[in-house]
Amino acid sequence: MDILTSLMGGFLVALEPLNLGLAVLGVVVGLFVGAMPGLGSVNGVAILLPFTFVIQSMTGSATSPMIFLAAIYYGAMYGGAISSITLGIPGASTAVATTFDGRPLALKGQADRALVTAAVASFIGGTIANVLFTAFAPPLASVALKFGDPEIFALMLLAFATFVGLGGDDIPKTIFSICIGLVLATVGFDIVSGEPRLIFFDITGFSHGVRFLVLAIGVYGIGEMIWTVNSSRYGSTMSEVNVSFSRVLASIRKFHEAWKGTLIGSFLGFFVGILPAAGATPGSLMSYGVAKMTSRNPEEYGKGSVDGIAAPEAANNAASTGAMLPMMTLGIPGSPTTAVLLAGMVIWGLQPGPLLFTTQPDFVWPLIGSFYVSNIVALLVNLAFIPLFLWMLRMPFTILAPLIFVLSLVGTFAAYQNMFDVWLMVLVGIAAFFLRLLDYPLAPAVLAIVLGPIAEPKLRQSLLFSDGDFSIFFTRPIAGPITIIAIILILLPMFRLIRRKIRGNITT
Amino acid sequence: MSIRKRTLFTMIGAAVLAAVSLPTSVAAFEPTKPIDFVIMAGKGGGADKMARLMQSIIEQEDLSARPVVPTNKPGGSGAEALVHLNGASDPDHTIMVTLNSFFTTPLRQPGLDVDIMEFAPVGRMAEDTFLLWVHKDEGVSSFDEFLAVAKERGDGWVMGGTGKNSEDNIITDFLNSNYGLSIKYIPYAGGGEVAKQLVGQQITSSVNNPSEALGFFESGDLIPLVAFTDERLPMFPDVPTLKESGGDFSYFMQRAVVGAPGMSDEAATYYSDLFTKVYESDAWQEYKSSKSLMGDFMAGDDLKAYWDTQRARHEDILKASGAIN
Repeated sequence: MDILTSLMGGFLVALEPLNLGLAVLGVVVGLFVGAMPGLGSVNGVAILLPFTFVIQSMTGSATSPMIFLAAIYYGAMYGGAISSITLGIPGASTAVATTFDGRPLALKGQADRALVTAAVASFIGGTIANVLFTAFAPPLASVALKFGDPEIFALMLLAFATFVGLGGDDIPKTIFSICIGLVLATVGFDIVSGEPRLIFFDITGFSHGVRFLVLAIGVYGIGEMIWTVNSSRYGSTMSEVNVSFSRVLASIRKFHEAWKGTLIGSFLGFFVGILPAAGATPGSLMSYGVAKMTSRNPEEYGKGSVDGIAAPEAANNAASTGAMLPMMTLGIPGSPTTAVLLAGMVIWGLQPGPLLFTTQPDFVWPLIGSFYVSNIVALLVNLAFIPLFLWMLRMPFTILAPLIFVLSLVGTFAAYQNMFDVWLMVLVGIAAFFLRLLDYPLAPAVLAIVLGPIAEPKLRQSLLFSDGDFSIFFTRPIAGPITIIAIILILLPMFRLIRRKIRGNITT
Repeated sequence: MSIRKRTLFTMIGAAVLAAVSLPTSVAAFEPTKPIDFVIMAGKGGGADKMARLMQSIIEQEDLSARPVVPTNKPGGSGAEALVHLNGASDPDHTIMVTLNSFFTTPLRQPGLDVDIMEFAPVGRMAEDTFLLWVHKDEGVSSFDEFLAVAKERGDGWVMGGTGKNSEDNIITDFLNSNYGLSIKYIPYAGGGEVAKQLVGQQITSSVNNPSEALGFFESGDLIPLVAFTDERLPMFPDVPTLKESGGDFSYFMQRAVVGAPGMSDEAATYYSDLFTKVYESDAWQEYKSSKSLMGDFMAGDDLKAYWDTQRARHEDILKASGAIN
């Protein structure tokens, strides 16, 4: 009851005209930043942090600036899906998994359905996460603390396992793709020892590593573009799109077909978001993997499954709320974006830490209230803009291809302000095209470059604890079961293969 | 007459011109494009929060005609950032906020070809302090008890810190070699993560800066045992210094702003003035006292002399621990 009264009080503050206006503004800015390839919520929040001072000096409290930045965070989670679906370039790292099925569905002429599914799934994911946050923040924070290095590593192993154990795909090629991603993830300075690794040809550009967006934009922007050009040499691929609100409404009515992906994404995304060092990108990729694994029709994934769109989109929104949890209850960031938000809280004169809930209720509850409000605003704004986004799809590919090319270049440069990364991105794109010609799945490589930099230090820190003894991953109460499940999942396809062999022998 | 008159006018004109132009020519530099503000650590850590606070003070008080744009380059204990500054294409618009890895990383990695004395001494904004922290459930409430328990547990006592051969590692090595301990040191990506590991009791102690552990100190989860400072910290009046406990050791982290090698003197003067104003602002002074930071503003040759002594000291420390030859 106590929580409900505090939350109601919070709603009242969040709905004050200024705060509501800031939430709308933040959502629109976030939508744009998220939709622009290369820019994500981190850039949006970091760039607009100084602007919040103006808001603070206007209102005299830290609540309004925080509501604004949190709205950008949410808006960006919605926005990322837009270019993933309409252009096939992930708008932000958090929306990479959305391209897997969003783009194919759009190419089938159902872009409106893909966009609506993404928006509604985002809303449900965000709202489920908000409810969980409101009800269980303190106990969940102590669960997050139980996750030490071996536990996080076990979880990362599980994430890889969901991608390997999917079945259907060519397992050796999937593993090869993961290995490419893992090797690229080790390029640059090593966190544990501080030594440079794999600085190819002594090019200093490699010293900061092969960045995630370089790979993602290369594969899905340039690589995909060359692929489409190649496969449409003798005809034009122009998606037929009818723009009307009645079609949008019809898509909303059909949303229930994606309920399973939405639920998986909401809960898994929220939980992964809570864990420090993870954040929304691994959360959405893992949810996609789990949704595909538990699906009755896994073969539909990658060809335009609505569950495959709903899972990562629900997850990235749920994870962004989840990442707020350690930030607000412990003063520890759960994602790069919350790290910037934390810096903001310090600048506004707050002391983040376990006492924030008790010492600053006037800050905490309106902010939680604004999470709900921003989510509703983001859904409405997004649905209203869908006809506009669809207009992009009506461009003939001869115009769209150069546009994708330019956006890929600009997006990569915007993300890292560095020409080396732009060239590398183009190279990656060309390589991705040839790998695809040879039927190599590329999503596992993208997953590996996200999870590799999280998993590797955790593996090494764990082994430092245990003096190199791998049993640390099996003997701890939380890490043990997770590791065992992960190993079973990795071995599962092998069992299937053996079973098929045996059956084959019997019939012949 | 007329000629003389003209000469006189010319002379007066020249004198006036000189009088007007002299003071301005000293501070002639003005940034003409956004200033690249490099942070040699990741997002969310002490250095990052500090850099973003400086940025907001500059923004808020309208101190610079061009915006200051923070970029994090955390790779290789600052190596990525140092290499970036060393090769800066426009040194007059490239500055960096430093940690002590500014001293240690070039010493450990001579291959980077970084000479810190070539960096422009813009200003030292503070010296951060270190305390030894344990979890409240550890049952240790003084430095002597810590020594006894840590000795008994051997390498079962685990210290978490930020990176290898970092400030935290140096302090841990000092404790190990001077008190006969064999504490195991585990490097993490940042001070915030170390604090979280300690609160979750994944590790047994840390040497966090006050700003990193303050929230958990106020909630009572973490207890400071000893301060590695020369005098007791105003914020922790009950925590003795290591010197009081008989150890001859104190250790600080420089929180300074430096300019890229090759920065012109005019630009260096401009940035020194800029950060003097930041230092003198109420917001900075309040941050400094609330996060238990010490040290006064220092710039120019004083700062270079400070770097020289710090570099020599870190060379000794790293040699003693065997990190370098």
